[in-house]
Amino acid sequence: MDILRFATAGSVDDGKSTLIGRLLYDSKAIFEDQLEAVERTSRDRGTEYTDLSLLTDGLRAEREQGITIDVAYRYFATPRRKFIIADTPGHIQYTRNMVTGASTADLAIILIDARKGVLEQSRRHAFLTSLLRVPHLVLAVNKMDLVDYSQERFEEIREEFTAFASKLNVSDLTFIPISALNGDNVVSRSQNTPWYLGTSLLHHLENVHIASDRNLTDVRFPVQYVIRPQRANDHAFHDYRGYAGQVAGGVLKPGDEVVHLPSGLTTRIASIDTFDGPVEEAFPPMSVTLRFEDDIDISRGDMIARPNNQPHVAQELEAMVCWMADGIKLTPRSKLSIKHTTRTARALVRDLHYRLDVNTLHRDEEATSLGLNEIGRVSLRITQPLFVDDYARNRQTGGFILVDEATNGTVGAGMVLDAS
Amino acid sequence: MLQRDYTTSQLDVLEAEAIHIMREVAAEFERPCLLFSGGKDSIVMLRLAEKAFWPAAIPFPLMHVDTGHNFKEVIEFRDRRSVELGARLIVASVQDSIDQGRVVEETGRRASRNRLQTTTLLDAIEEHEFDAVFGGARRDEEKARAKERVFSFRDDFGQWDPKNQRPELWSLYNARIRKGEHIRVFPLSNWTELDVWDYIRREGIEIPSIYFAHTRKVFERDGMLLPDSEVVQRGDDEPLFEAVVRYRTVGDMTCTGAVQSPAATVEEIIEEIAATRITERGATRADDRSSEAAMEDRKREGYF
Ligand SMILES: Nc1nc2c(ncn2[C@@H]2O[C@H](COP(=O)(O)OP(=O)(O)OP(=O)(O)O)[C@@H](O)[C@H]2O)c(=O)[nH]1
Ligand SMILES: [Mg+2]
Repeated sequence: MDILRFATAGSVDDGKSTLIGRLLYDSKAIFEDQLEAVERTSRDRGTEYTDLSLLTDGLRAEREQGITIDVAYRYFATPRRKFIIADTPGHIQYTRNMVTGASTADLAIILIDARKGVLEQSRRHAFLTSLLRVPHLVLAVNKMDLVDYSQERFEEIREEFTAFASKLNVSDLTFIPISALNGDNVVSRSQNTPWYLGTSLLHHLENVHIASDRNLTDVRFPVQYVIRPQRANDHAFHDYRGYAGQVAGGVLKPGDEVVHLPSGLTTRIASIDTFDGPVEEAFPPMSVTLRFEDDIDISRGDMIARPNNQPHVAQELEAMVCWMADGIKLTPRSKLSIKHTTRTARALVRDLHYRLDVNTLHRDEEATSLGLNEIGRVSLRITQPLFVDDYARNRQTGGFILVDEATNGTVGAGMVLDAS
Repeated sequence: MLQRDYTTSQLDVLEAEAIHIMREVAAEFERPCLLFSGGKDSIVMLRLAEKAFWPAAIPFPLMHVDTGHNFKEVIEFRDRRSVELGARLIVASVQDSIDQGRVVEETGRRASRNRLQTTTLLDAIEEHEFDAVFGGARRDEEKARAKERVFSFRDDFGQWDPKNQRPELWSLYNARIRKGEHIRVFPLSNWTELDVWDYIRREGIEIPSIYFAHTRKVFERDGMLLPDSEVVQRGDDEPLFEAVVRYRTVGDMTCTGAVQSPAATVEEIIEEIAATRITERGATRADDRSSEAAMEDRKREGYF
């Protein structure tokens, strides 16, 4: 059984949390005590129906305000797949938490309230999912019960969204009319939408093909930790020196010729070790330990690749940055700490080329700063070379975070462009 | 040519993720420690730590916050396992905190040392200057836990601020803190109860005997079966009886309930859990029942 990670997105009150509650409930992933607690709270508040959003809105403040503030992670499994759900907030103030939830997603469900149509926040989230290269997108037109399950309304929204999406990088887009509250087309196809010929949402989640979303072509192994046993009486491993990490791309095999960066020295993989014994190959997302035939000085933050397929060694970076700080702004000359794979360095913002208006995708080249939840294209200079790929090619070796050195807060998420 | 599709099973994905998290902590922090209670989640976490650093030893000590009200089978297991691994075990004792006047023992029938543990834990973190503390909590356990990051920042009072968590993107964890602050790290964040059991079966991991069906003298309170023990106060209206039970979670004896179950092997436990309709904390933990936000409130104060 494999794992599908998906995130919900969309504007406030479009029904994201209710949908997750519905999926969990209908797939029998809700336990009796959880349901009882939710029923009790709904009753206490005078809600006539069981408010399924309470299943994921777990914080006191969220339940008091009836909104989602931070991502909730929930889990369920069907005989076909295990699902990890990130239920993200729709409120613009909490966009950074939406970005947190979407960064690891294989699929995003953007909800739209059928009465309201495509809103600014729907466009913002669609843009962010495409920027984060979430490979599969579902547009769920929700609250169909409130528009009499009208096919016409569904088609209108589909057209409007398709027009917007044509300006984004969306490779796989599916439209489904649903009612999260009543369960139409969530787990099984609904009789209320005879005109809809597609599958239910759950059926789609169970069957969407994700195996080929990983990069199995470009060998990338960021060295995370050097393993040198120092048990005094352990002669068997006295000279052991292994390089531990999680494979970020490609397939590695013993005997393969590899290159070490930054040195540029080549060697061969002597063995791929794990606690359970050596393995014949390693690929994403395996965590393994490599040993090499030659003695090379290798430390955390270094990269292993293939001599004929190397990442870019860059001290100057072009990137899209999503700024996530309250208060502090990103401006030219900002100095920040940058973490990319296992390497941490300092970054200087050399230039802010433009700020993006997520509604129109207009580039404002006059912009002089990025504030909370704003997105723009920047040039960075890094104190040490980083080993990067285009984010579009590899999310692991193309993504980085920016940390403010005064507050230690994570203030930016970056995606490498035009690595060359 | 046959095309290999390089799929990975869910347990392999979860294991790889947890190992990555543990190595990240070992690389980025000066003084990490791993909370080891002898319960199933921390036992799995310990196995993952073994795997992450093999053939080297686990590069950090283990710590247990001992309420003095723990099951003896679990304490024996804890001690034996630490010795087998050659790991240093630090025991932080709630009794010591009481003796030193740091906390005051609750009184009455429902007295529990559960909440007192937070002070003992935070004092120990401060005393040993730990900057990263591994916990075995899972997001599927409880609705406040479902909100927590893998690297969860704690201020110098050990507090969690759920409304102001650091964004956490991809698998890039922000390890920067100031002196006195620390990070709670949850490598099992994405595991479910069933994943933990499937892993215990797959790896053939030993667990304390109280997880398996056994005959025990118990009494009923609030629909939970509490054990007969000198540390649990029982009223005259709470008669003892013998039952075949097992534990789904192991915590403090005063607030951890047993479930009636004939499951005597890991396979039988997995079957039982796959069919159950009640969450593990709902079935067994009095500490979560006190109010709707009981866990969130305790976590804000610095609880596990
Ligand atoms: N009639 C109807 N109401 C719905 C449907 N889905 C959700 N709602 C209601 O819409 C309101 C908002 O739902 P939530 O699930 O909290 O919305 P959300 O998108 O999670 O909101 P945020 O997380 O705060 O952005 C609640 O009152 C729901 O009961 C639907 O399909 N039909
Ligand atoms: Mg919500």
